[in-house]
Amino acid sequence: MTTTTAPTKEPVRGATPGAAREPRRRTGRIRRIGLPYLLLLPALLLELLVHLIPMVIGVVMSFKELTQIYISNWNTAPWAGFGNYKLSVDFDAPVGEALLHSFYVTVAFTLLSVGLCWLIGTAAAIFMQETFAGRGLLRALFLIPYALPVYAAVITWVFMFQHDNGLVNHVLHDQLHLTDKRSFWLIGDNSFYALLTVSVWKGWPFAFLIVMAGLQNIPKELYEAAALDGAGMLQQIRRITLPSLRAVNQVLILVLFLWTFNDFNTPYVLFGKAAPESADLISVHIYQASFVTWNFGTGSAMSVLLLLFLLVVTGVYLVLTSRGRRTSDV
Amino acid sequence: MRRIRAAAVGAVTLSLALAATACGGGSSNSGGSNDSPKTLTYWASNQGASIAIDKKVLQPELDKFQQQTGIKVKLEVVPWSDLLNRILTATTSGQGPDVLNIGNTWSASLQATGALLPWDSKNFAKIGGKDRFVDSALGSTGAEGKDPAAVPLYSMAYALYYNKKIFADAGISQPPATWDELIADGKKIKAKGKSVLGAEGANVSENIHHVFVFAKQHGADFFSSDGKPNFTDPKVVDAVKQYVDLMAKDKVIPTGDAEYAQNQSVSDFAKGKQAMLLWQSAAANLKSQGMSDSDYGIAPVPVQSGTPGTGAQTNSMVAGINIAVFKNSHNLDGATKFVKFMTSDDEQKILNTAYTSIPPVKAAQEDAQFNSASNSVLKNTLATSAAALPQVASESQFETAVGTAVKDLFADAAAGHAVTTDSVKAALEKAQQQMPAA
Repeated sequence: MTTTTAPTKEPVRGATPGAAREPRRRTGRIRRIGLPYLLLLPALLLELLVHLIPMVIGVVMSFKELTQIYISNWNTAPWAGFGNYKLSVDFDAPVGEALLHSFYVTVAFTLLSVGLCWLIGTAAAIFMQETFAGRGLLRALFLIPYALPVYAAVITWVFMFQHDNGLVNHVLHDQLHLTDKRSFWLIGDNSFYALLTVSVWKGWPFAFLIVMAGLQNIPKELYEAAALDGAGMLQQIRRITLPSLRAVNQVLILVLFLWTFNDFNTPYVLFGKAAPESADLISVHIYQASFVTWNFGTGSAMSVLLLLFLLVVTGVYLVLTSRGRRTSDV
Repeated sequence: MRRIRAAAVGAVTLSLALAATACGGGSSNSGGSNDSPKTLTYWASNQGASIAIDKKVLQPELDKFQQQTGIKVKLEVVPWSDLLNRILTATTSGQGPDVLNIGNTWSASLQATGALLPWDSKNFAKIGGKDRFVDSALGSTGAEGKDPAAVPLYSMAYALYYNKKIFADAGISQPPATWDELIADGKKIKAKGKSVLGAEGANVSENIHHVFVFAKQHGADFFSSDGKPNFTDPKVVDAVKQYVDLMAKDKVIPTGDAEYAQNQSVSDFAKGKQAMLLWQSAAANLKSQGMSDSDYGIAPVPVQSGTPGTGAQTNSMVAGINIAVFKNSHNLDGATKFVKFMTSDDEQKILNTAYTSIPPVKAAQEDAQFNSASNSVLKNTLATSAAALPQVASESQFETAVGTAVKDLFADAAAGHAVTTDSVKAALEKAQQQMPAA
């Protein structure tokens, strides 16, 4: 690489005034090649500092027995080898079993939430493509859940889901008489649906926003041509809109997946430190396994496992989707 | 060229310096010193109705301390929801306050981290000796056989708060002294359309406080004498079941309370919707919600036999706040002086009056202020029938595991599922498995 780039740059260097040619040639070359790296160095170091070091520390922690007895001086914490990992993935023992349960809950929750967010967001974006009075207002209105601070939004839902005075029970039970008695939403099995509702409510405006932006890039002519050929609304969506949105959707779904899977704020504000079993998302579960029980080693090991899982999923997803694109391009 | 190089070198140096300082923050495990004798940082827990009220109560006292000693105390009132996390972070980084308040049930857990200054006889001598404090309060300052990790500051106890008007309407002449009486009274109260007893079913700590007392009343303990979890002891199971049955079988706790975790039961009581409440030092809280002192009475929490005492007649945990010194404070002498000031007779009277708690200092307790009818119930409870929560290093895990189990049992009861001895035992077994192996 260097041998090919050096000669091309030679004339430039020759043009610099006052440069002594022969003796300083070699050092000059090193300096010339080195300079870009030198300039990159601060950025690299900062990247290391803010990005990699915390991750490395997290990984190191996962191999230590970092309980309350050692947190005031990490260096004294004994190495645990793979002990923390063994504990986390021993699915016959209570800790591993609970983690696996939490993992299943999280996968089910994420798939449903991402699916619904995408569906609602896309549907809304397509409807909003038509020009009509009040379209701008509606678009802005749709984005409000996304713009609200998470805590304020979710705590409002907590009030609405309350058993005795909540709006949800008032509508479902008192007004519509759909249930024979008031239901609990924040404890017990229903909490899964409460969590899903809030998550979708909070997440779909993002899908809406991104799909809306993607729609602007589809040429109107395509629809006109399709209409002339006799394609109906659904056909147009299936044959034109969705294929054109492919690239956008790919990124959108990946991002939504990662956000939802890792979401901590929503379940934490809804349920507090101890989430009901049916809504025990993995992020809160890990928080409970480390912060609440003061065992940071196990918590870190679970986090590293989660990181690995998400890396694999992301990698497989990217490989699959890009292969799909390549074959479709041919 | 030269300028670019200079800029590059500058940038590199800067980032290196940044890296070095950022990494330097880690565990400075050096012990304490007296490097900065003129200032102290104090983390107070939120004792009043709001953080603003706490500042108003504490600031004049801190000014007084500054006048006496010349040491300026920087006050930060930390909400309960953050306090333990903040302390853990401070412990981990080694950068914390000099003096701090801790919930007394955390004493043994925090003691195990080694971050707090042990109160050996030498340190106790500096604040006037161990004998100045009430025994029950000292029982909640760390594991047995070790030097206490903290010093008692405010003491509180559970009592039965009852609404006088609802009791009169229902024809109940005196507050229940046994659980059977309470359940019988409940029927009369429900006939008048009021709910009977409040509970914070989704609040993990509240659950622990109650099931701990019920376990005592059944003659059982959550931990064996050598500190091992013993949650599936049949007596413990019965105790937890009796508490949950107040909702599931006896129907005195309304099912809606199963999801309460933000003191909604106190509001229900203050609003006159509910006849009784089991709470610690609720007076200030009730007042701030508009319930006047004359509207409610205070009685000891019921026990199985009707007469509170020790052992199976225990009717409260020793609730309270301890004050502790961070071991690597840069003003150890000042910190000790501050603890001495806060636990002095005069300050104890002022602060405990403001927070409607009971002073853990014997001399301060003598004050007439703490002999009113309501305070004497709390004082008697603390002196004769309160027991300290298990002082074990895994107390915090115990609260989480068992508190969550009780929360889930309440959720079952609220959903109308049967709560049986087997289901209680299964829940407690699961909780026990979550405890650290050590």
